[in-house]
Amino acid sequence: MIRIEGVAKTFTLHNQGGAVIEVMRGAALRVAAGECVGLVGASGAGKSTLMRMIWGNYLAAAGRIMVGDVDVAQAAPRGIIALRRETLGYVSQFLRVVPRVPTVDVVAEPLLALGHDEEAARAQARAMLARLNIPQTLWALSPTTFSGGEQQRVNIARGFVHPFPALLLDEPTASLDAANREVVLGLIAAAKARGAAIVGIFHDEDARARVCDRLVDVTAFAPQAA
Amino acid sequence: MTPLLQVRDLGKSYGRHIGCADVSLDLWPGEVMGIVGESGSGKSTLLACMAGHVVPDRGQVIFDTRADGPRDTVSMSEPARRMLGRTDWAFVHQHARDGLRMGVSAGGNVGERLMAVGARHYGDIRATATDWLGRVEIDAGRIDDRPATFSGGMQQRLQIARNLVTGPRLVFMDEPTGGLDVSVQARLLDLLRGLVRRMGLSAVIVTHDLAVVRLLADRLMVMKDGRVVETGLTDQVLDDPQHGYTQLLVSSVLQV
Amino acid sequence: MSDYNFAYLDEQTKRMIRRAILKGLAVPGYQVPFASREMPMPYGWGTGGVQVTAACLVPEDRLKVIDQGADDTTNAVSIRKFFARTAGVATTAHTAEASVIQTRHRIPEVPLSEDQILVYQVPIPEPLRFLEPRETETRRMHALEDYGLMHVKLYEDIARHGAIATAYAYPVRVEGRYVMDPSPIPKFDNPKLSMAAIQLFGAGREQRIYALPPYCDVVSLDFDDFPFDPSKADAPCALCGATHTYLDEVITDDAGGRMFVCSDTDYCAGRQAAGEAAP
Repeated sequence: MIRIEGVAKTFTLHNQGGAVIEVMRGAALRVAAGECVGLVGASGAGKSTLMRMIWGNYLAAAGRIMVGDVDVAQAAPRGIIALRRETLGYVSQFLRVVPRVPTVDVVAEPLLALGHDEEAARAQARAMLARLNIPQTLWALSPTTFSGGEQQRVNIARGFVHPFPALLLDEPTASLDAANREVVLGLIAAAKARGAAIVGIFHDEDARARVCDRLVDVTAFAPQAA
Repeated sequence: MTPLLQVRDLGKSYGRHIGCADVSLDLWPGEVMGIVGESGSGKSTLLACMAGHVVPDRGQVIFDTRADGPRDTVSMSEPARRMLGRTDWAFVHQHARDGLRMGVSAGGNVGERLMAVGARHYGDIRATATDWLGRVEIDAGRIDDRPATFSGGMQQRLQIARNLVTGPRLVFMDEPTGGLDVSVQARLLDLLRGLVRRMGLSAVIVTHDLAVVRLLADRLMVMKDGRVVETGLTDQVLDDPQHGYTQLLVSSVLQV
Repeated sequence: MSDYNFAYLDEQTKRMIRRAILKGLAVPGYQVPFASREMPMPYGWGTGGVQVTAACLVPEDRLKVIDQGADDTTNAVSIRKFFARTAGVATTAHTAEASVIQTRHRIPEVPLSEDQILVYQVPIPEPLRFLEPRETETRRMHALEDYGLMHVKLYEDIARHGAIATAYAYPVRVEGRYVMDPSPIPKFDNPKLSMAAIQLFGAGREQRIYALPPYCDVVSLDFDDFPFDPSKADAPCALCGATHTYLDEVITDDAGGRMFVCSDTDYCAGRQAAGEAAP
């Protein structure tokens, strides 16, 4: 489902004398449907950078990043937009939403973008919020005022409300209590069971051990190592 | 699929000063494109040229018309272009006063485009206006009030209703949230997002506010000195800017 | 008499005005700019109509001048005298006898014929003016038939008053093309705008002339569910008993007493002479 070959990443700092910083070279990764691959490596090794390149958020300097049959490294913006709408889900550590939009609508948005009926989409969103133990009293409020853990769960709800065939999970269990962590691990397991290909970053070693089929150390993709 | 709008080598100069130059872009159905740049970067000139408010010196603005398919709106006759302007196109001004008739009631403001394209049933026009006031969250009881009695945010929402009532396919917006309180901006952004999604609108939004484009635009175009310096997915351009000017622009934003 | 050129204006000016009139007739409803002259009367007293009349008059003409239907009001009397003195033409109060009729705010009740000319005095020729103050923009709107705004005005009327409250200067569409202000005639007169006579409109201060050729198609703007209604006061004329004419309301005393009489004084007098009287 996800196939990465020969991916490199450089940053050119035009406003700092045009310094070129090479952060990754020769990255390769394959994730089959129903498989969960954990990215590991020291902080700063490039786990998030690789994940952002798969998401299309960072431009790859070289290589191929196939998600399904789309090469994210080459695709036109609208190709990536379509990919993100239909195929590729992303649970980031940060919640970026229009202020004042009710949480239920924030969660329903991926479904609405796919053209689902508004009420049906909200019903699914409510079910997902309930599953993640977000108190019902908060559903009509904007998540911008929520605690870190609540925002994280809203993000997770958004990522799992539509059965994306491919998922990117950036620290999905980081600030969760034990009960909610179990819920999220259950969601990940269910996603794998329905055939989703998942790339994850987990600092939580126990969680990593429970859901990841394989681990890939991104330190191997550092330029000096290549 | 055909792009809804294809801009080719568009250029406009004011004497020796370049308004905008060599601008090309494709806008696809349902897509929202943001154009950012600082004051004087040519983004408003570009928008005015695309919307037919200013005649460009060079280039084409090809719109996929309902009747005849892609046609160059620059070389189109003025009546045909104006007809587009009140049917398939909409233009939301930064200042609601520029886009509203301040001496005409809210209902009359919304109904004008309907009447301009031949609506002649008062009851129907009023029912449509009432429906649209509801969609932009203006109380139906205000339908006979003049916009001068509305708050800035309400005026802007009224302007949007007035523009969208004929079901356009392409909306040009010039700093649509500029000059509004931050809390009012948020409501307007949410409204715009909902309308864009429900109506399948395509939009071109000119703004200097990077937070606005991050939330509204699928794609981003960065302009400097009348030229496009970078384009791409909105979050990619903002998070991994390639051009020095974009890097400066992004790093200059105050973080909140 | 020898102090003036025939009909006051010099021949070059009359030629210029006639060209504007011909152009107006050729493009019904289109406002033709013309170089309006200073006339020996203030703006608002019919300077536009007077210049058009001057350009139309020939020595054989018989002129009638009415002001709101009456032949004997100050404005009508002074303009009639003006042309009697400067052109030496015959004058009349009888509609059927006149070859040229200058009018302010009315169309005579008697149908006009093909050998008559009706000249209107026009204060503001631009029907879009109250909604769009820019002349450059209104001209473009006319050129592009961008007339949605005209219905906005009627919409506002209904929204505010429950009906189209415009009772005079009611806008019309001419030959399916130009929207035109018929001058401040009561909307009761609008259906008569399609007539046998030539109709010329002169706006002196605004420097515009426009025209309706004979039998021109003139439609009053309206909505499907609020159709045009050429209403008038619901009463018969207190003097001649007519029920089909436009009536003026006349206050007769300080106690609120009033009566309705024909605004067309010549028509009313004719009916009374023929033995018609109020019931």
